[in-house]
Amino acid sequence: MNIAADKRPTAAIGYSATYQYKPKSSGLLPRSLTFLAVLIIIAILAVIMFNIVCGGIGVISWEFLTHPPERGMEAGGIFPAIFGTVALVILMTIAVIPIGVLTAIYLQEYTRPDSKGIRLIRLAINNLAGVPSIVFGLFGLGFFIQWIGGGIDSLFFEGGRPVWGQPAIVWAALTLALLTLPVVIISTEEALRTIPRELKDASYALGATKLQTIRRVILPQALPGILTGGILAVSRGAGEVAPIMFTGAAYYLPYLPSKLNDQFMELGYHIYVMATQSPDVEATKPILYGTVLVLLVLTFMLNSAAIMIRSRIRSRRVNV
Amino acid sequence: MYKQQDNIELESLQPQVSEPHNTTSRGQRDKARLPVKITIKKLDFYYVDNQALYDVSLDVEKNRVTALIGPSGCGKSTFLRTLNRMNDTIPGTRLEGTVKLDEVDIYRDVKDVSVVRRRVGMVFQKSNPFPKSIFENVAYSLKVNGVTNKRVITEAVESTLRKAFLWDEVKDKLQHSAYMLSGGQQQRLCIARALAVRPEVLLMDEPASALDPLSTTKIEDLINELKKDYTIVIVTHNMQQAARISDFTGFFYEGRLIEFGPTKQMFTKPGKKKTEDYITGRFG
Repeated sequence: MNIAADKRPTAAIGYSATYQYKPKSSGLLPRSLTFLAVLIIIAILAVIMFNIVCGGIGVISWEFLTHPPERGMEAGGIFPAIFGTVALVILMTIAVIPIGVLTAIYLQEYTRPDSKGIRLIRLAINNLAGVPSIVFGLFGLGFFIQWIGGGIDSLFFEGGRPVWGQPAIVWAALTLALLTLPVVIISTEEALRTIPRELKDASYALGATKLQTIRRVILPQALPGILTGGILAVSRGAGEVAPIMFTGAAYYLPYLPSKLNDQFMELGYHIYVMATQSPDVEATKPILYGTVLVLLVLTFMLNSAAIMIRSRIRSRRVNV
Repeated sequence: MYKQQDNIELESLQPQVSEPHNTTSRGQRDKARLPVKITIKKLDFYYVDNQALYDVSLDVEKNRVTALIGPSGCGKSTFLRTLNRMNDTIPGTRLEGTVKLDEVDIYRDVKDVSVVRRRVGMVFQKSNPFPKSIFENVAYSLKVNGVTNKRVITEAVESTLRKAFLWDEVKDKLQHSAYMLSGGQQQRLCIARALAVRPEVLLMDEPASALDPLSTTKIEDLINELKKDYTIVIVTHNMQQAARISDFTGFFYEGRLIEFGPTKQMFTKPGKKKTEDYITGRFG
């Protein structure tokens, strides 16, 4: 029977007139529309990946990964840039995780969430996440290098060449840490919010102090969330060029950074340099492709390492 | 065994005030009655601007089970939480009047709230074991109270699990997650965890309300056993339970303690009309 034409007497259930069911939309339109949107995303991603892998895979070799650039970047490898990127991201993580986590703990555990001051701080954090990265770069130059670094120099290293008051890996890492701070704070807060009140009550009822409760109950519970923040921070930080341009990344360096106040080469910046400053763009093109591929793979690897650690913590918590 | 060896480590857990037994100075108390453990006088309690308790005065006797009954929202749980200062964790709460534990005012004379909570343990309505192993759940109590000696902890975990009648069920899976236990077992684990700090008073907030009848019976048997060593105050919705396990019963209604007395008397010839109506199920 055709449902759309289903006319039945309804007097039996109290209606005096007959009425007609409205034919329902089959749902095909919304389904295909949403699927199309997904398809576009996947297609774009596929084109980008295909382009990069095809262009870059031929250049990748052991030599490429382990040697410094040669002949104005038209030959040789990108080892210093890989090294610099990893060092930068590690330093950034060391700086951003403690500050971010402590901030989140303060906001979540030591304040009343509805108070005006705290709402203002939250607003500031969210706005920080929206600041363009080039602004962070300029801030890093002004604040870290000129003010803090310059301050250290004028106090301890008077007269000579700048020691800390110059672009350096530590300043670049701190600038990146600022940039990624909101991500860590927000995801840590999210994790802290999901911890059931009963668990905290249980701890307090046993005579535990607030600090003991945070250290032994709250933080272990929030660890996966904190790691998520770390993962997001690494993904964001590893690809940023603007914040490090003025604060520590070098065009070309014959040595690897070994001290906190050394400059460094970085993959993203290296790509930018090769794409815009190279005397012969065509000649550097294969290396450029290869570098992009390495940066992608490196970010991917850092991410999956963090995800693996996180899922191990999660499963350990369930099964003990 | 455990009692002798852990004297040094658990020293900090001992009551900081000597226990007074001079009940005579408190008036002519019935000889059959035991000394008073907690004295509550003229207690008013506020959540920001809402008053939750009005002028509650009550004596909790030592080594007895005191049950608090009353309809939802009558303030019995709030009252229970004033006895170990758990309400301190909720911002915006305020309290007037006194709560004395062995003659010590736990709000004015005790600076460190964890001292109070060590002496007055608490078991919650919803069993809330930590997402740790069974062993670690009990050990947590000792660790946060400064016990570091591994052997002492191991022995204390066993003896408290035995006290909670849980040892035989879990002795082979101490390293398993506490979440693998049944609801009733989890609740007994929470009781064991509370006992591990060797409190003098145990507060229980509807400890069996989420459990099946069999698990409830086990908890009730346990309470009967525990009152030899502890003073127990229990909040319950279940009137039969109050009648079965308690020596004294207090009836709360709309933030006031309407009536308080020996359980038998409360359930057979209550003094107030309101109490009778509630106990006979006319409202609540």
